[in-house]
Amino acid sequence: MTEPILSLRDLSVTFDVRPRGAWPWTAPLKLQAVSQMTFDLAPGECLGVVGESGSGKSTLARAIVGTVPSSGGQINFEGADLAAMTPRERRVHRRDVQMIFQDPLAALNPRMTVGDIIAEPLVTHEPGLSRADRKSRVQDMMKRVGLLPNLVNRYPHEFSGGQCQRIGIARALILKPKLLICDEPVSALDVSVQAQVVNLLRELQRDMGLSMIFIAHDLSVVKHISDRIVVMYLGRQMETADARTITTRPEHPYTQALISSVPIPDPVLERKRPRTTLDGELPSPISPPSGCVFRTRCPKAQATCAQALPPMLEVGPGHRVACPYHQAENVLAVSA
Amino acid sequence: MTYSSDAERLLNATHLAEVQGRSLWADARARFLRNKAAMVGTFILFGIAVFAIFGQFVAQHERDMIDFTLIGANMQKGVPSIETGHFFGTDANGRDLFARVVQGTQISLMVGIVGALVAVIVGTLYGAIAGYAGGRTDNIMMRIVDVLMSIPFMFVLILMLVIFGRSIFMLFLGIGLISWLDMARIARGQTLTIKNKEFVEVAHATGVAPFTIILRHIVPNLLGIVIVYATLLVPQMIIFESFISFLGLGVQEPNTSLGALISEGSSNMAYGVMWQLYFPLAFFVLTIFAFFFVGDGLRDALDPKDR
Repeated sequence: MTEPILSLRDLSVTFDVRPRGAWPWTAPLKLQAVSQMTFDLAPGECLGVVGESGSGKSTLARAIVGTVPSSGGQINFEGADLAAMTPRERRVHRRDVQMIFQDPLAALNPRMTVGDIIAEPLVTHEPGLSRADRKSRVQDMMKRVGLLPNLVNRYPHEFSGGQCQRIGIARALILKPKLLICDEPVSALDVSVQAQVVNLLRELQRDMGLSMIFIAHDLSVVKHISDRIVVMYLGRQMETADARTITTRPEHPYTQALISSVPIPDPVLERKRPRTTLDGELPSPISPPSGCVFRTRCPKAQATCAQALPPMLEVGPGHRVACPYHQAENVLAVSA
Repeated sequence: MTYSSDAERLLNATHLAEVQGRSLWADARARFLRNKAAMVGTFILFGIAVFAIFGQFVAQHERDMIDFTLIGANMQKGVPSIETGHFFGTDANGRDLFARVVQGTQISLMVGIVGALVAVIVGTLYGAIAGYAGGRTDNIMMRIVDVLMSIPFMFVLILMLVIFGRSIFMLFLGIGLISWLDMARIARGQTLTIKNKEFVEVAHATGVAPFTIILRHIVPNLLGIVIVYATLLVPQMIIFESFISFLGLGVQEPNTSLGALISEGSSNMAYGVMWQLYFPLAFFVLTIFAFFFVGDGLRDALDPKDR
């Protein structure tokens, strides 16, 4: 196997939460947003991250790009640990890791023209570039993501959601980064536009040789674009495998429940298949359940689950599950 | 087939030209131009500014020249008239009131604009930095503002003027010291909401330096509220200066300001020389009303959701 471009080792992110009305000197509560995430990303690979709202997907993304400080573990990017760098050292590395955000319009400064928005990374990392060069690179990039290059002087509010997301993609890719992190890039978009954006991303990934981390709560989208999928729950990794295995033979009870929540477009099949639904809410990440964090909602939970964190078990080539009672379950393939 | 290629050519032709976008500022300008009260206010302000700048070339007399022939006969000979060249009459000492009102308007406008400028530059940056830095820095910076605000500035300013001598410089210093405090609070509050927007996070993730983020992403988005507040601050500063001058502590003879002129005029009301009060008062009231109308217009234009 080639050297991974990004490898996380026990990455944790905790936030300090101060209860309302507490004295300033009382110790704040710790919110465990991400705990002990460990995975490798090969160059040119696309890794999907799925999980319900509040499972720490976005925090994981923000920790990797460095807008949220990590509280433990390593983020090794091409051999250098980003987490151990000072903000100044890290700023140099930021050109190689770019991010696309969920809300396409909110991610664009309403007072700047589209040309200025896309050019901002260039201005930041290649300040010596002449105005004409910068403009031609911006317009090339706009063509590449399917925007008309004569729209450089327009403002973000004059574009549709799908176009705004293309602007965000153009901005992220103008420096030719090595790693692109997409934080739910399509969940705010129309279904037809979703497909266009996902296909655009896939095409660009192939052309530019990008490594990608694609975060979504919609398994069918993730499956379509990812080579490998990580399933997260309450900030922890539940299961990792290649996309096909996860969607056809999930082992972890949480993954099985996630997959059974994806509707199948065929009503006959949809009615026939068994469904596992989860009861209750996501537990509070301030006081997570002891042992396995999923045990409070797990259909297979046993008394021993409360005692210790389940280890990651290797159940197949590249297929790891954090559940000792894992059991393969054949499910109907998720519609692509 | 010809149809589609023609359509294509048309499409290409329309797309060839670079389209000029419609910025939020352009939208706001259009809304402002439609607002009649605000436009009237703008014209009045423009007129007053022209009066303040070019009035001295129209005046027939020096503002500090005392016409001794008028002393004791002010009531009869000092009335406003075009023939004598005293367009606004004379004051109690026989000086040309027109020239004095011109200077008073100059000083009042200057006080207002200096106050607003200090507020805009210092207050906005201070507030934006405090809000963006957050945490302990924010706490310390805003507590400093709280402490400064809790000092009764009118007393401090009066004391300063008494101790260090009464001068325009002292007055500007005092106004500069207080005017930015409110602005800093407003700017900080707005920054707190803006800094959580995703475009700020994108800039941070791209590697833009913090101060550049403040200048490029936060301040332009604050500017709407800052401009509105600044235009509403100008009349406050003018009133403030007039009050100080009314007490006799502000601008000193032979210079004058609208407040000093109003004070003088009101003390001579009993002698029937009402023009000494009316002219400065009219300019004072007009200026302040115009500023308020413009401020309201700007608020409606820049923040259309608030209506």
